[in-house]
Amino acid sequence: MNIAVLLRAVPDPVEELELNEDETDLDRDYLGYVLNEFDDHALEEALLLKEEVGGTVTVLGLGTADEVDQMLYTAVAKGADGAERLGSDLGPLDAHSQAGLFVEALRQGGYDLVLSGVQASDELDGQVGMLVAAGLDLPHVSVVVATTPADGALRVTKEYWGGITADYDIRLPAVLGIQAARQAPRYVAVARIRQAQESDSLTEIDVDPPAPSSGLRVTAVRIPEAGEGAAMIEGDEEAAADRIVEILAAAGVG
Amino acid sequence: MDTLVFAEHLQGSFTDSTYELLALARRLGGNVNAAVIGSDIEDLAGTLGGADTIVVVDDPALAAFNPEGHAAVFAALAAERTPQIVLVPYTSQGMEVAAATASRCGLPLVSFTQEIRADGGLEATCRLYAGKVEADVEIDGDRAVFAVLSGAASADDRRADGAGVVELVASPVDLSGLAVSFAGLAEPEAGDVDITAQDVLVAVGRGIESEDNLEEAQELADALGAALAASRPIIDQGWLPKDRQVGKSGLKVTPKVYLALGISGAPEHIEGMRDAATIIAVNSDPQAPIFGVAHYGWVGDLFDLIPELVDRLE
Repeated sequence: MNIAVLLRAVPDPVEELELNEDETDLDRDYLGYVLNEFDDHALEEALLLKEEVGGTVTVLGLGTADEVDQMLYTAVAKGADGAERLGSDLGPLDAHSQAGLFVEALRQGGYDLVLSGVQASDELDGQVGMLVAAGLDLPHVSVVVATTPADGALRVTKEYWGGITADYDIRLPAVLGIQAARQAPRYVAVARIRQAQESDSLTEIDVDPPAPSSGLRVTAVRIPEAGEGAAMIEGDEEAAADRIVEILAAAGVG
Repeated sequence: MDTLVFAEHLQGSFTDSTYELLALARRLGGNVNAAVIGSDIEDLAGTLGGADTIVVVDDPALAAFNPEGHAAVFAALAAERTPQIVLVPYTSQGMEVAAATASRCGLPLVSFTQEIRADGGLEATCRLYAGKVEADVEIDGDRAVFAVLSGAASADDRRADGAGVVELVASPVDLSGLAVSFAGLAEPEAGDVDITAQDVLVAVGRGIESEDNLEEAQELADALGAALAASRPIIDQGWLPKDRQVGKSGLKVTPKVYLALGISGAPEHIEGMRDAATIIAVNSDPQAPIFGVAHYGWVGDLFDLIPELVDRLE
């Protein structure tokens, strides 16, 4: 089975975000980017499938070299057979533009399966995985938490809520949005990432920056006031502990 | 103005999201149409409050939700009926439907929607970056598909209403030879602790940093007579079992006290705990959206706080 995994860089979810001067976007000058956590799960699921049935895993990354190369090399160190970076200086792209670039690259690849993270935190105009499925006119299942290979098809487990899941058989080629891999994404030693960097495993693919096509324009962004609704407790941890014990007592607890 | 709502249902009932979308559609004004797609569902469709017209596509191939079939049918209905506003829940089912519909109809798609304004031009407010940022969005043209976050309107506003006119239509697409087929539904196995039945929950998120640190949180839970729960990243790491997960893909909880430690409060998490009677949030990030839903908040290091709390409670 030849599998493509779509990797995106997103603003680090644990970092404090700042806005640009005219408050229409994040201030991206000092923003830290990390691999979209759901894409990391998509990669893990792809590697597990490859271990089970053979084939190849190719990772496709979008973004500047700074943001993406480390993620692509890490994927190679974990077991991906090839890595492609689409473009080199594209700047922030909306989900439709990302999907359009991925669709072009995927058409060249002849993949049996495309895995993408179920969502990314900046996908204002839709989930890239499902837009790719629409662009390639391929069957899709999203919010997938497990896959099991079967003859010419794949059994996938889709999650609803409260632990309720549904199984589907999906004919290949297909696109899956991965919510969580069967196991936590594997770690890889830094030495192996360095090895991957020294190999010629990364291919750069020239693409033209796409014109925005989502039909959406962000006119203003804001960071909602912290504690809009909450009474914020002031002071150090001792003061906070005193106050929380009072709150618990008032709620009939503790 | 015409609105078309994807009426999500599972195991014989409509989900809260469906009622929320109907309430949102009603607020926008104009004709509210709901599409109910399934098999043997005419009776269920007849109970749907809040819609003027309920379009029912009843086909054995759609007996269980089918990511391909339901998406194709709903997209075709939207393409035929050209509603101005298409509302889809931002849920496991809605995610399959939204992109297919926008793509088929050639309409803009607006995700993470929490508010829609349709007086004058079409505009929305969306929650990005795991709920940390609110964005105002202008939309080209006067039609769009919106994937709407839970909580955009109150479900109760539309639940009790009488039903609209039911219109039974044949499937607008050929459902033979679908590439996706349903193979069964599974309910979770009951675990040792039912977090939906607890008075007090100590819930941990990414801020707990490592599996080893769970011990400290458990110690606090023990001191409080509480159970330990968690947000999705902790479950995905395999640090706690699935039945401890609070949120959209986990469980909805309504304890007397919900103590959130190191949980930033993505919309998916807030969906599962916002109805707790008292919410106390602790996070090192003053921007964490959890403080928007908490009753009490403290900005600081949870590892400094936990021992102080355990001291006082023991």
